[in-house]
Amino acid sequence: MTGAAIRNTTPRPPWRRRRVLPGFGLTLGFTLTYLSLIVLIPLLVLFIQAAGAGWAKWWAELTNPRTLAAFRVSFGIAFLAALVNAAFGLLIAWVLVRYRFAGRRLVDALIDLPFGLPTAVAGIALASLYATTGWVGRPLTPFVRIAFTPLGILVALVFVGLPFVVRTVEPVLRDLDRELEEAAALLGAKRAHILIRVIFPPLLPALLTGFTLAFARAIGEYGSVIFIAGNMPGLTEIMPLLIVIKLEQFDYVGATVIAAMMLTASFVLLLAINLLQGWTRRRQGG
Amino acid sequence: MADTATLTKAPDAIVSVPGPARLPLTEPLLVRVLLITVALLFLTFFLVLPLIVVFVEAFREGARVYFAALSEPEALAAIRLTVLTAVICVPLNTAFGLAAAWSITKFQFAGKSFLLTLIDLPFSVSPVVAGLVFVLLFGLQGLFGEWLAAHGIKIIFAVPGIALATLFVTLPFVARELVPLMDSQGTTQEEAAITLGASGWQTFRRVTLPNIKWGLLYGILLCNGRAIGEFGAVAVVSGHIIGLTNTMPLHIEVLYNDYAFAASFAVASLLTLMALVTLGIKTVLEWRLGAAVATRVH
Amino acid sequence: MKIQVENLRKRFGSTLVLDTVNLEIQEREFLGLLGPSGSGKTTLLRVLAGLEFADGGRVLFDGKDAQTLPVEQRQVGIVFQHYALFGHMSVFSNVAFGLQVRPRHKRPSRREIAAKVERLLGLVQLEGYGGRFPGQLSGGQRQRVALARALATEPRLLLLDEPFGALDAKVRIELRRWLRDLHDSTGITTVFVTHDQEEALALADRVAIMTEGRIEQAGTPTEVYEGPRTPFVYDFLGRTNAFDCVVRRGRVQIGDKHFPAEQLPDGPAVAFVRPHDVMVQPADLAKPSADATLPEVGTVRLVAALGPRAWVELSIGPRIIAAEISRETLKQLRLAPGSKCTVQLRLPCFFSKAKPRNAAP
Repeated sequence: MTGAAIRNTTPRPPWRRRRVLPGFGLTLGFTLTYLSLIVLIPLLVLFIQAAGAGWAKWWAELTNPRTLAAFRVSFGIAFLAALVNAAFGLLIAWVLVRYRFAGRRLVDALIDLPFGLPTAVAGIALASLYATTGWVGRPLTPFVRIAFTPLGILVALVFVGLPFVVRTVEPVLRDLDRELEEAAALLGAKRAHILIRVIFPPLLPALLTGFTLAFARAIGEYGSVIFIAGNMPGLTEIMPLLIVIKLEQFDYVGATVIAAMMLTASFVLLLAINLLQGWTRRRQGG
Repeated sequence: MADTATLTKAPDAIVSVPGPARLPLTEPLLVRVLLITVALLFLTFFLVLPLIVVFVEAFREGARVYFAALSEPEALAAIRLTVLTAVICVPLNTAFGLAAAWSITKFQFAGKSFLLTLIDLPFSVSPVVAGLVFVLLFGLQGLFGEWLAAHGIKIIFAVPGIALATLFVTLPFVARELVPLMDSQGTTQEEAAITLGASGWQTFRRVTLPNIKWGLLYGILLCNGRAIGEFGAVAVVSGHIIGLTNTMPLHIEVLYNDYAFAASFAVASLLTLMALVTLGIKTVLEWRLGAAVATRVH
Repeated sequence: MKIQVENLRKRFGSTLVLDTVNLEIQEREFLGLLGPSGSGKTTLLRVLAGLEFADGGRVLFDGKDAQTLPVEQRQVGIVFQHYALFGHMSVFSNVAFGLQVRPRHKRPSRREIAAKVERLLGLVQLEGYGGRFPGQLSGGQRQRVALARALATEPRLLLLDEPFGALDAKVRIELRRWLRDLHDSTGITTVFVTHDQEEALALADRVAIMTEGRIEQAGTPTEVYEGPRTPFVYDFLGRTNAFDCVVRRGRVQIGDKHFPAEQLPDGPAVAFVRPHDVMVQPADLAKPSADATLPEVGTVRLVAALGPRAWVELSIGPRIIAAEISRETLKQLRLAPGSKCTVQLRLPCFFSKAKPRNAAP
């Protein structure tokens, strides 16, 4: 017995490559199967059914004024909310990282509340607060009504997206080299100048990422919004609610078409996030 | 003599220098106070007030009504269903997270980033759409609807449907925590264990698991929180059948729409407590172990 | 255990990391794999450990094909470059690990394991450290724990990946001697990887010098230092001065002397001379010398007295020659930047420029 003959030099294909650590086949197989069953196949079915709905149905839905209004409400207010979150999120991140004040650590911990609080709870709490009889709604009633108006939707979506910008900007802010500011100051720059030209630019990629994340989240939000929104078709009806209504009417096809529209928009956003993050990494690595 | 006089007199030529020049390394005090105030006001309106209002409204009609609301049979059924859903979904998604993280971080293969994107999919999908896809599959008019009806199996408008929808929505949480963590830890310790004769399972149990335990706990906490609090997806698949397919969030909605505000907030207060506890544990973990535990934005 | 590596080939992507490697390692030998980064030495080590698989060729442990053996059965102990200690386990648990994970029927009793761990800790001079954790140990201590852990399973082959790379110079020198003594007392075949030629030459029974996936030369430290087979080996093992020359009919001229060079083909060649084989004399006091004297006069550009030896750089025309002389010689000759000197070369080592693998000492 002389041992195996000299092997050929072509490397094996990945599924037949010998691996040192065990469990590759098992874990990857389980992962792919699970993922397919729970996520991929259901989503695939959605798209197939949407595609099979027929051009006429698609056109009908796309031109339906109610659908268009819901689209405007969902995307438009989500965009505004993300803007608000970008502005205030930047402020909050700045205050938390740069300043010391009583209760700072508590506030920092609280930022994650919208992540962990069930959306239904947030929904009824906000609805109660901003209704005309609510703690915030009542004093404001002579000037502006919040609940059951698009403003109410804005409030809810700001709540939902609040942590995103803060949490993406904070680490970048923390890692900012103080020496850059010192160098600029020694060169004679005024504080405002330093803020705008030295500190803000490195934050911009993170800010954009946070904005996009908040935007994406706000588009699909349901539970936090439906209590405060009023849900009037054409005015305060969001797209997810429209889907639910269509389902209740057994208009599966309509629901599917709208869902497919939403998904496509979400995927485009996801792509944008990934590209942004790649750009951020490239820019900051330089 | 004139020289002495000149020497003792303070020279005129020297101009008084102003005090030590301060570099503009931070904003003026006024600006700082203003910024902090604005930030805190914003957070009060958006974070603190909603928290407070939940508990105030819950106890508005007194403690007796509060506890009565929680011990009503429908509320109890909702609590039981919520717990059941968590008990089903969290272990399954934890197993998934562990398997996915192991395969992705300990091995080389093409398509890793694609796989990671797929795992992230449930995050980018609206919860209502998550529920919709299962209605399309298993609803009466769905793909398998007739087959299921013929065999008397109920998925939509029953517990299995709720479990599936929750499974979809909470799928990424554990994986997302573990992948960056295990990635940064590398494979050398596992290789060392293998060369010492350990089997795959022994290596995982004795070497890998202790290294990831805090990240794992954190991921489980997040997964659990979402599983308990999920609303949109479950609303679509459950049918709102009171006493049978209502989870706690759905029950809150039902009570609220019936104008039973105190009861609604009573149930909501339970969920809020859970959220606060999760937040507390997460914060303690972060303080003790550094920000490495909480690496991702959700 | 005797090891034979035959025609080993391995690719990573488009790079050929191991290029037909052949090597024989004797029983109880202490072998050093020496080479620059990227030479393939760590890959070769990992193939021996079973942590990588070659695309071609074979590895024989005592005549049996090792690549069909799974890692758990190879009986190889490995000390990783950064030790890979299990941070959450005590020193005792780290060392005991290999014994505790054995299948039940092969596992020693608790008491036996404890006794063995204590013995090993004594061997690595860490008695009483069983309860500590890796995070509480110094680099040198961690390295010894890693060694004890690898030895616990009584391997037939011990592999060390840059064992002293992460330690400071003083600790490194202490541990080097200690490791050699350990090897001599345990008698396990040992292979270690290093890029430090001084370390390899000082410690190993034999040294295999690698570059670009090939073994350039394998031999005892004396063999490779005094009889380098390729320019790479010569250059890697120490500083070099290179001089162009021409081989004509089996002889080559350097300065004013001729040297035999039968093995070299006629044509251009290069002569390598070590700095300590470069002799310098002040130009006005030059005495005739038995060594090859360069015709031109050099000018001293730099004098650096480095501890016991002195480093002198001279320029002859556009080129720079480095010489290493003793401090006394430096004082005697009173060399300073600007001095003019003649240069004599001793023990040149010739390599043909036509075929890079031939040489004549």
